[in-house]
Amino acid sequence: MIIRLQTEDFDAEREAQALDVKGAGARVSFVGTVRDTAQDRTITALEIEHYPEMTHAELSRIGASAQARHNLQEVLIIHRYGRLACHERIVLVTVWSAHRAEAFAGCQAIVDALKTRAPFWKKEISPEGALWVPGQTPQDLK
Amino acid sequence: MITVRCFAVVREILGCDTRSLVAATTPQRASDILAALAGARVADLPKPLLVAINCEHASLTSLVHDGDEVAFFPPVSGG
Repeated sequence: MIIRLQTEDFDAEREAQALDVKGAGARVSFVGTVRDTAQDRTITALEIEHYPEMTHAELSRIGASAQARHNLQEVLIIHRYGRLACHERIVLVTVWSAHRAEAFAGCQAIVDALKTRAPFWKKEISPEGALWVPGQTPQDLK
Repeated sequence: MITVRCFAVVREILGCDTRSLVAATTPQRASDILAALAGARVADLPKPLLVAINCEHASLTSLVHDGDEVAFFPPVSGG
């Protein structure tokens, strides 16, 4: 499993091609990007804050859980932080498995868990000002 | 010594990023540490408020021991 937290951009295809995963018959990637609008406001940038020591640990737990549950052969998660302009890439999740169903399900499980468990916070910057994006709570803590 | 970390809007409201607290007695509930840190401003904090102890999700009723790091933050929005 590869987890990277970085401020710089990534090339999703190059990152995936760099890994030679033996036995994989399917590869599914998700790329999240910065929206240019939110509730009819124009968004010019997104500021992403995180809890560095916990983020890596939590992404590893999320990846390992999906790997075991969906029989994934490899997991790659790259998440950016800092100030990103609209349309910039935020996150890459790529998974490899023997068959497509496991790859689709595993990738979705990781992306869903990022939303509720990974300690990131986003502030939307618009001409009207800056607003924190409402977050979510881990399902098992509700 | 207990290390307290605050993130996002919690950091902004409390004006506190990282603080070391000497607890008279441990373990203490995370909610007690928050009360000592925030005082009356606890009412201004977002609800639900999330808690992590030693970089794992916990809750306000979780126990914090001497040497632990406890973090308070709003609901998360990764991805």
